[in-house]
Amino acid sequence: MSPQQIIVEYISAEILRDKHRIIDPKEPLISSGLIDSFSLVDLALFVESSFGARIQDHELNAEHIDTIEALMKLVNSRLA
Amino acid sequence: MRGTLSERILAHSRETPDRLAIRLLHGQRPEQAITYGHLLEESLRYAGRLEQSGVKPGSVVLIIHPHGADLVFGFFGTLLAGAIPSILPYPTEKLDPVHYRQSMEALFQLIKPRAVLTYSGLGETLGSLLDPHHASLLLPQLGRGALGVPASMSPRDIALLQHSSGTTGLQKGVALSHTAIFNQLQSYAEAIDFSAKDVVVSWLPLYHDMGLIAGFLLPVLWGVPLVLMSPLEWVRAPQMLLQAVSRFRGTLSWLPNFAYNFCARKIHASALAGVDLSCWRAVINCSEPVSVRSHEVFLERFAPWGFRREALAASYAMAENVFAVTQGGIGEPLTIDEVDPKGLATTGRAEPASPGVRLLSSGRTLRNVEVKIVDANGDSLPSRQVGEIALRSDCMLTGYYLRPDLTEKAIRDGWYFTGDLGYRVENDLFVTGRSKDLIIVGGRNIYPADLEEIVNEVEGVHPGRVVAFGVPNAELETEDVAVVAEVDTEDEAARRQILEAIRTSIARQTDCVARHIHLVDSRWLIKTSSGKISRHANREKLLTEKGLATS
Repeated sequence: MSPQQIIVEYISAEILRDKHRIIDPKEPLISSGLIDSFSLVDLALFVESSFGARIQDHELNAEHIDTIEALMKLVNSRLA
Repeated sequence: MRGTLSERILAHSRETPDRLAIRLLHGQRPEQAITYGHLLEESLRYAGRLEQSGVKPGSVVLIIHPHGADLVFGFFGTLLAGAIPSILPYPTEKLDPVHYRQSMEALFQLIKPRAVLTYSGLGETLGSLLDPHHASLLLPQLGRGALGVPASMSPRDIALLQHSSGTTGLQKGVALSHTAIFNQLQSYAEAIDFSAKDVVVSWLPLYHDMGLIAGFLLPVLWGVPLVLMSPLEWVRAPQMLLQAVSRFRGTLSWLPNFAYNFCARKIHASALAGVDLSCWRAVINCSEPVSVRSHEVFLERFAPWGFRREALAASYAMAENVFAVTQGGIGEPLTIDEVDPKGLATTGRAEPASPGVRLLSSGRTLRNVEVKIVDANGDSLPSRQVGEIALRSDCMLTGYYLRPDLTEKAIRDGWYFTGDLGYRVENDLFVTGRSKDLIIVGGRNIYPADLEEIVNEVEGVHPGRVVAFGVPNAELETEDVAVVAEVDTEDEAARRQILEAIRTSIARQTDCVARHIHLVDSRWLIKTSSGKISRHANREKLLTEKGLATS
């Protein structure tokens, strides 16, 4: 699985607890109320432990990572 | 302690102008140390602007600012001008601007503010709601305005208003007098052995009673240093709290129950390098049901960093009593009561049993507060019998602002009926639940009626066939919002669409996240004998059917 698939699977299974939920890469996740603020830290910890890419505290918001697309851009830039 | 809040600030600034009042932490930007002299000068500038705008003593000023200096100076400036401040939460990106505007419009009509202090991004939305002849919009201003002249107030006057969250909550502005606030702070300071040696560290929002009273007014009015951080930054980086306690030798903090689990589970050990928590003498659990396990999890996790078992404390508090009703865990460990869960659920008797369910005491009543446990008729119940908690004190609300009807309902013969359930054993108070249907998510109040109204409007949902309630969140030991709605369609894709529409509507109109949305077939929901949809019965039904963990 690609990092994107792993992250999407984590979000649907662990955060949304709905494995069948399809997440569009452009779909807003934070500003839409899909992911609440209590789960943002989990997401950052997961990304860091899975890929060694650190999302800074101030990036954990809709402005920086509202969509899978934006999140992956950030993750990929840290992997490079 | 007599006088008014302004007089206390004036006295501190006169006697110790160079003493540190508040250290504001800002995640990315440098911190700001505010002395009492600086606090008075900047607050008087706000007071001056309010006076120039025609704000008279006794009029209401709304303050809608994120964490920062404008929130602090705007609040004290309003007090110094003799006006009545009310701090409201600012909208996050989730909220739909149109709905936010509507709820603010309703609030403005109800309490008729004479000024709104806010930031430029929100000023546009709110400015158009204000009648320019009646009220002013004040944005942060650079440069040096004229200083205001402190207005003289009577201690019996209303000092501030507290609004709890939600549309329904906005209708109830808890009005508190200077006298009530000082009576509370004086007895609470005694209950926690508050002294000049303390340092308070807080991330709590100031629109909430715990944040405003314990995490702001108590230290600032008592001349005890306060380290204040942003709630929004804390929830993304909970280690900030522990780092700040260690760095500034913090002694006291207040946390809602979920935060013990949140910190214990979500802070990476690497963020705690060099952290020493041995200075933390009390971490007070308040504003959500308290749990033994949350304390154990927190202790176990942070003991290696010097956190002491003796620091675990708890309090039962509400805005209607300014803040605390009880306090425990200071100088002696909190009592744990192990009782038979069956008896508790069926007859409301908390009979000691081992093994049983372990309940954590919220401590004993403050010296100026009386508590009684009553049945549905208002008659007092004996020890170990669960009933509604009623209280009486010299620090109660003056009333719900401009809502004598609501005040009359809540206060009878001098007693305030809390809507919370609990029992007593000797001096200890155990809070077991709520008779009101309020949902508390991470310390934040959410009114089910608000959510039901929103879901009712979603296309595809059977109008009137909707219910909302709280369900246990086992990981954080708080509540999650659950919504059950009846729908006609059996088509999977159509149902999925309705579900997403419900989620989005709730997020955009209330700023809260509904973690559990369940669509059910017609006639799934249980009605009461009077034909109303029962929140309690449907909650039980859902928990049983879906196997969601019960507490």
